[in-house]
Amino acid sequence: MEKPLTQNIRPDREPLDIREYEQAGGYQALRQALQMSPLKIQEMVTDAYIRGRGGAGFPTGKKWSAVPMGDKARRPKFFAINADEMEPGTFKDRLLMEGDPNLVVESAIIASYAIEADVAYIFLRWAYKLAAQRLTKAIAQAYEKGYLGWNILGSSYSLEMYLHTSAGRYMCGEENGLLNAMEGKRPIPRTRPPHAVMVGIWGKPTAVNNVETIACVPYIVSHGSAAFKALSHTEEGGTKLYGVSGRVKRPGIWELPLGTTLGEIFHDYAGGMRDGYQFRGLLPGGASTSFLVEKHFDARMDFGSMDKTGSRLGTGTIIVLDDKTCPVGMVLNLEQFFARESCGWCTPCREGLPWLRDMLDAIERGAGILEDLEILQEHTWLLQLGHTFCALAPGAVMPLDGALKYFREDFENHIRQHRCPYRH
Amino acid sequence: MPTIYVEGQPYEVSPGLNLLHACLSLGFNIPYFCWHPAMHSVGACRQCAVKLFKDENDTKGKIVMSCMTLARDGTRISIADPQAVWFRKVAIEWLMLNHPHDCPVCDEGGECHLQDMTEMCGHVYRRTRFKKRTYRNQYLGPFLTHEMNRCIQCYRCVRFYRGYAGGRDFHTLAWHNSVYFGRHQDGVLQSKFSGNLVEVCPTGVFDDKTLARHYVRKWDLQTAPSICVHCALGCNTIPGARYGTLRRIRNRYNGDVNSYWLCDRGRYGYEFVNSPQRIRRPLLRNGDGRPTLAAKETALTQIGGVLRESRHVIGIGSARASLESNFALRCLVGPENFYLGTCRAEVQLLSAAIDVLRNGPVPSASLHEAAWADAVFVLGEDVPNVAPVLELALRQSTLRKPSDTIQDLHIEPWNDAALREAIQTEKGPLFLATTYSTDLDASATQAYHAAPQDIARLGFAVANLLDANAPSVPGLLAPIAALARQIAGQLAEARRPLVVAGVHCGMGAVLQAAANVAYALQRKNENTRICLAAPWCNSLGLGMMGGKCVDSAIDALRARGSTTLVVLESDLYRHLDVAEANNLLNTANHVVVLDSLRHKTTDKADFVLPAGTFAESTGTFVNNEGRAQRFFAVLPPAGEVQESWRWIGELLAASGQRSSAPWQTFDEIVEDLVRAMPAFAPVARAAPSADFRMAGQRIPRQSHRYSGRTAIHAAVNVHEPQPPADPDSPLAFSMEGYLNQPPSSLIPRFWAPQWNSVQAVNKFQEEVAGVLRGGNPGKRLIEPQADGQVEYFTEIPEAFERREGYLLVVPGYHVFGSEELSILSSGVAELAPMPYIAVNPEDAGKLIVRENGLVDVALSTTSHYLPVRIAPAVPPGLAVVPMGLPGIQWNGQPVWKKLLRT
Repeated sequence: MEKPLTQNIRPDREPLDIREYEQAGGYQALRQALQMSPLKIQEMVTDAYIRGRGGAGFPTGKKWSAVPMGDKARRPKFFAINADEMEPGTFKDRLLMEGDPNLVVESAIIASYAIEADVAYIFLRWAYKLAAQRLTKAIAQAYEKGYLGWNILGSSYSLEMYLHTSAGRYMCGEENGLLNAMEGKRPIPRTRPPHAVMVGIWGKPTAVNNVETIACVPYIVSHGSAAFKALSHTEEGGTKLYGVSGRVKRPGIWELPLGTTLGEIFHDYAGGMRDGYQFRGLLPGGASTSFLVEKHFDARMDFGSMDKTGSRLGTGTIIVLDDKTCPVGMVLNLEQFFARESCGWCTPCREGLPWLRDMLDAIERGAGILEDLEILQEHTWLLQLGHTFCALAPGAVMPLDGALKYFREDFENHIRQHRCPYRH
Repeated sequence: MPTIYVEGQPYEVSPGLNLLHACLSLGFNIPYFCWHPAMHSVGACRQCAVKLFKDENDTKGKIVMSCMTLARDGTRISIADPQAVWFRKVAIEWLMLNHPHDCPVCDEGGECHLQDMTEMCGHVYRRTRFKKRTYRNQYLGPFLTHEMNRCIQCYRCVRFYRGYAGGRDFHTLAWHNSVYFGRHQDGVLQSKFSGNLVEVCPTGVFDDKTLARHYVRKWDLQTAPSICVHCALGCNTIPGARYGTLRRIRNRYNGDVNSYWLCDRGRYGYEFVNSPQRIRRPLLRNGDGRPTLAAKETALTQIGGVLRESRHVIGIGSARASLESNFALRCLVGPENFYLGTCRAEVQLLSAAIDVLRNGPVPSASLHEAAWADAVFVLGEDVPNVAPVLELALRQSTLRKPSDTIQDLHIEPWNDAALREAIQTEKGPLFLATTYSTDLDASATQAYHAAPQDIARLGFAVANLLDANAPSVPGLLAPIAALARQIAGQLAEARRPLVVAGVHCGMGAVLQAAANVAYALQRKNENTRICLAAPWCNSLGLGMMGGKCVDSAIDALRARGSTTLVVLESDLYRHLDVAEANNLLNTANHVVVLDSLRHKTTDKADFVLPAGTFAESTGTFVNNEGRAQRFFAVLPPAGEVQESWRWIGELLAASGQRSSAPWQTFDEIVEDLVRAMPAFAPVARAAPSADFRMAGQRIPRQSHRYSGRTAIHAAVNVHEPQPPADPDSPLAFSMEGYLNQPPSSLIPRFWAPQWNSVQAVNKFQEEVAGVLRGGNPGKRLIEPQADGQVEYFTEIPEAFERREGYLLVVPGYHVFGSEELSILSSGVAELAPMPYIAVNPEDAGKLIVRENGLVDVALSTTSHYLPVRIAPAVPPGLAVVPMGLPGIQWNGQPVWKKLLRT
């Protein structure tokens, strides 16, 4: 099977440097792309039906085609690569940036060309120090080789690229928070519409895409939309990086056809549960997705199929819950994270999440009351999308919602026994 | 007009509004926090949730924030939908999780928007049992208290302070549910608009520190509509009094004037009313020169005798006294003996300004129009310090053109954050030409600092570029010519250009240049406006009345023997040289002064009569726009204090000129004024006359919740006293009367059922943020000549040339310190700078003087020892001396002086 994302990545050695990358076929896609019109690339990406790998699953081609093109577009235009990967349990972009930084840079150049961007920013999570080093080197080498700067490879296209290391907040990775953070402002979300493609960084048209999303673009350019689409098991195109963490036999990350079933990933790649542990449930796509249980093992891990389960594909990085870990404690841990990472802009998120955290903490300490469960359940509706300003809080209540659905008994036991039954 | 459906009923609304704005305008109650009628929507608080339905068949609907949703034609919503009601109730519960519930000890209690909204949502009981978050509060200066624990994080404060008012030392700090609003460290808030936080904050985080010193609940304050006396803009205010003292000033919405805002001088300058320097009883000077208190009758008899015996009586009017008091004085002394209480140069400038407004073709701009201008050119005026609320308006004007240029992005004008993100820093055009740097410089497209002559030349050059019939400027330097081209280009392109000038830089040519620019623009664009700043609250009223300048009074006094000088509400030492003032006061055989405060002039008077301040008087001021605005007594004058016009009426009787005082009531003097001077005819219509009644009742100055009516005087007499009579207005010093909405000029407070906070103003407007019901108060007295012939001013000054060894001393201004009355308030005095002289580094080098080094400069024949401030923005050859600061004796006319190092 072809692995357009990870073909150059070997866990046992340093990433390819630019010469090796070129020898492995790197930067050929850029040469091909520059022979095409930007609109042609947009069209190919649209046909490939790649949905955004950052978690929201917005069709990339659709996003790019909304960017104002031609002479009338307000300039400069920007491309922002969202590399602020900070969702608990998610480590897929890290693999790409540390494992094949040149691919990320080449992808960013092609993507920028597709929307005629003048400047590209890679907005990187503060803690990804190694990725920062390797990307810095890859960008510098791309400049040396003429892949960046004025008149790239003799074409009329010019692009400047900067690595911007974030201040280290989850909200900086939210598309609009990212735009504000780039401008040196508080990373609060922005009102949409106008969308970033119209009013983005410095008020100018900006496309924001996830690292994994753009990393698919060179393959689409060099192999065509049909070939990309054929990589998957479903109508959504391409491969996907799936990760598994938790008490499984082989925690890890694999590039697999999009739409591989949950069970296949869990059993065949992660090797099932470690001896002595029973499977209880999992979060399929990072901390802001709802729990799934054994009956969902046949579900395909793509955006459309996952939505039907009541959860989401999210980032496609699975967190497994076992029978010796307290589900209340797990949800408490996640809500602590979300409450801490709320930007404080809108009331439901700023005030609601700490309240949830306090109630979960009380339940976990054995100080919970049954009314807490009602309030927790209420919040899964109150903090829905549209009720809050951005998607952080709706994401934050997804695991809670799932836990209340599948592990309610655990919550009740905590309250009834005035202690956490998982602790001795 | 789009039709929206609320609970299935159709309503027509104005196009382009958001649902919250539309529904509030329709009279529905939807709770809100982060939305503000002047600052619009950001969607942060999520309190204004309603149910939105796709069409008439949609029964499920979805929750949307009404402030973030356009009221499109056919929009169907429900405010009463149970889910929406529940969501709003929980939203209050969230906000209340950490709120201290300290209403009984909170200054905001009783006029708290959070209280009102909590009641409105039906939230009564918090289901949380966890610890509250607590904060450390900051010292923010003399005007504001800070109690962050009460904060509900609506972000209004920071949006006003930074986004609307351009402040830079106030921030959103911290994160998640610890978000904090304050400064990086304790210290005085630098913005002159900080006091608005008291009204912007929906709860008690920011409260009036001066009120806290003599605290009274809102419902216990006796209030009346009033006009700010601290500059010429005529901002509408609501002062509140209790136990005979003034306790605070609040904004009184007037859509044409100050809208929702006041500056801190206007809000906190009121304490002069309670000052120990107040004159409360008549004073007579004995034979040995010592002042003694006298009874009213004694004083009147004696002064009457003096006036009768004097062969010549001259009166000096006042630009800070009401139109009526000035008119009364004019009646007492006769028009030929009526002098304006300002020096020759200022009188000339003011007459020139009035001439431009009266005889020129360009209408004067209201503050509302200034805020909607899309290109502004300021000549000579330090707007932030001489007309602060105009600065706020100009700041808003810089958003107009950029908003127009991004129309293709289809961002609704109320979508504030989105609009600002799209505009970013591309603001303006706003061009400033001033003698030194001002607070607006950072927001200006270009800020040009030059001598007054050069400012005038730039203006003339711009006018010439706009209309070749306007005179050209010979010998203009290339960079100035380029700047003129840039300014002319932007003004010509604008849809609503505005020219701002005034009398403060002390040079008539600047005013004429500004007039030329406005005239030239008017020929191309009839939406052109001109705004001329003036120094005093009634400068225009006095100027329109007309009279000679005070300088010439001295000649008149000398010419004849046995003279009496009657000075109305002014300290001559602020307008004249010390020597001139001494001369004037010594030459007159008798000096009678009517004023509310002791000052140098009252100290030299033979007779002093206690005049009421604005707070104890009814009268009319004419603001810089030419708008006559009525103010009403907030508290009855105590003891022998009364309005100057009443005193003068009684003097007319006492001196035998009339058989009895000619004016028993305010309406009588207004009637006389209008008869004598028809230009003031609209003054009579500025507010209803005293016999006006609503449903047969007066408008009460006290709220229906006013407490202690029977107890306040119990220490004196247990019988409830008769409320003081008010023959001058339809208002009553009582809690009894008409409780519904009075005409806009008589609104004593904003209150509506369920709306106890200042947000109740929504209920008084025809459409929220629009005009008050029945029209905004005030009547314009000056309209331009409809078909007036445009005559350009042609006297172009020579370019400024430096003189070896001399500096041209020009006036500077400070919002805190330059104004006579407000500096008697402790907070204003605290923020007033020490006197100084500002010079360019180059000139400082020539003088061999360092920062704070002392120099001696003779101004108005008085030696001034002033520390030097080295200011690169002061053009070489100029020196700036701040006006009005204690210790500075100067009338502000530019003058060449030698600075001596001491």
